[in-house]
Amino acid sequence: MDLYRDEILDHYKNPHNFGELPDPKVSYEEYNPLCGDRVVLQLKIENGKLKEVKFTGEGCAISIASASMLTDYLVGKDIAELKSLPGKKVLEVLGLSNIAAGRLKCALLPFEALKKSLAKLS
Amino acid sequence: MFDVNKIREDFPILKRKINGHDLVYLDNAATSQKPKAVIEAVADFYENHNANVHRGVHTLSEEATQMYEEARVRVAKFINARLPSEIIFVRNSTEALNLIVWSRGKAHLKKGDEILLSEMEHHSNLVPWQLLAKEVGAVLKFISFDENGELEISNLKSQFSNRTKVVSVVHVSNSLGTINPIKEMTKLAHEVGAIVVVDAAQSVPHMKVDVQSLGCDFLAFSGHKMLGPMGIGVLYGRQELLEVMPPFLSGGDMIRSVTINDATWNEVPYKFEAGTPNVAGAVGLSAAIGYLANLGMDNVRQHEIKLTDYALKKLSVIPGLKVLGPLDAQKRGGVIAFTLKGTHPHDLASVLDGEGIAVRSGHHCTMPVHLRLGIPASTRASFYIYNTKEEVDKLVDGLEKAKRLLTK
Ligand SMILES: Cc1ncc(COP(=O)(O)O)c(C=O)c1O
Repeated sequence: MDLYRDEILDHYKNPHNFGELPDPKVSYEEYNPLCGDRVVLQLKIENGKLKEVKFTGEGCAISIASASMLTDYLVGKDIAELKSLPGKKVLEVLGLSNIAAGRLKCALLPFEALKKSLAKLS
Repeated sequence: MFDVNKIREDFPILKRKINGHDLVYLDNAATSQKPKAVIEAVADFYENHNANVHRGVHTLSEEATQMYEEARVRVAKFINARLPSEIIFVRNSTEALNLIVWSRGKAHLKKGDEILLSEMEHHSNLVPWQLLAKEVGAVLKFISFDENGELEISNLKSQFSNRTKVVSVVHVSNSLGTINPIKEMTKLAHEVGAIVVVDAAQSVPHMKVDVQSLGCDFLAFSGHKMLGPMGIGVLYGRQELLEVMPPFLSGGDMIRSVTINDATWNEVPYKFEAGTPNVAGAVGLSAAIGYLANLGMDNVRQHEIKLTDYALKKLSVIPGLKVLGPLDAQKRGGVIAFTLKGTHPHDLASVLDGEGIAVRSGHHCTMPVHLRLGIPASTRASFYIYNTKEEVDKLVDGLEKAKRLLTK
């Protein structure tokens, strides 16, 4: 079953960009009370680009691996471009385009946090 | 004559492959699978008898009406109600509980009156009472559960007052598994003049339930959790109480006469069955009861005790696994919710699904239980008549696999 392929499990066990930024420009906490998944995203922005991003939180393997892989993808991107990033693209980046509907919320929780952080910017 | 292998042959869905494996269906507390007898009874109704009930004098309408009323008689016998008219057909337990809250509850509860529930209620026996309490200014009180997941009823008397109007409790908890002492609680409640409502969604499908012996005033359950179709459920209520209750939903079928400005109500139970009922559902439920009665509810219970006991023993040796609720199979239904250290319930359920094993993950509509235990969610395996020890072994193997994959 490729939901738990090695790449996902590696990101879950050793997440990239885990931690806090000393001087974030914006941060946002997204929480799913139904399963207790929680992701806090912190962004640092310079010249209209995402300079640095970190996350903390806890949850299932899918939500944590998703936060890890998504934050890797985000670094260096234009903020304007990120504002229109579709969820479908995120699932492609995660390699989870075929994820079961029941787990979609887990996979997209970090993306929800991103959308809401970016909304706070304007 | 309880032969699991023979029983399994009656359930077409058990032949399904899930992700390349034989289906191991352990989500029976959510809904049960259906035997051929039930599927065929529903098909037979639509193929040969379909018509609206209580409305026509033509042959089909009379046949449909008779089948519907026979189903009511069968349900009444199954739970030992005094009269068939004490059986009201609804959609599910949730609707049955809402009916009591919004008919009897709203008519009888005043500001400052007390509603006594337990801390282990399913949301369907909690949220409607919360709404009613807000609307009329009544007070909600809760019987707590101890570290074994058993209700603390030693000091139950002190929880009652002359303002206690309703006690509404779950018979078997769908997350802790606990079987609550309804009979004792009913006695105490009646001493202070409170009525007793029982959420029997997880008991009627799995053990002999006798409403007269329990002594309760109302009892709710769902057909779909006891081999029956979805969309048919039952509210049992004592005739004297039903007779003086105002209607819940109104419209066709539930009236005796209507003028342009006013209406009078039909007799019980029709007063509470507004609109075209789920006749095929009632017919299917009747077939399900026939199937269960043929097995014998005591045999059903014994089978589940054996499986639960076996599962509790196998699960408790998995390091880091913690079972919610009592650890004695005699004290609980065949529902085992648990946490496994270092793994999230959703991940466990997904890995198990990869092995063809269906379990539930989440809070099982009992968020307050999980809050009280300080966990966001749990994984739940729940058994029924067609489950086997081999399936419990597969569950344990699946959990070991999930642990290897997921723990850091
Ligand atoms: C204890 C309990 N009460 C009530 C319900 C609600 O049943 P339904 O969804 O059929 O209304 C359930 C099942 O989900 C349950 O387990």
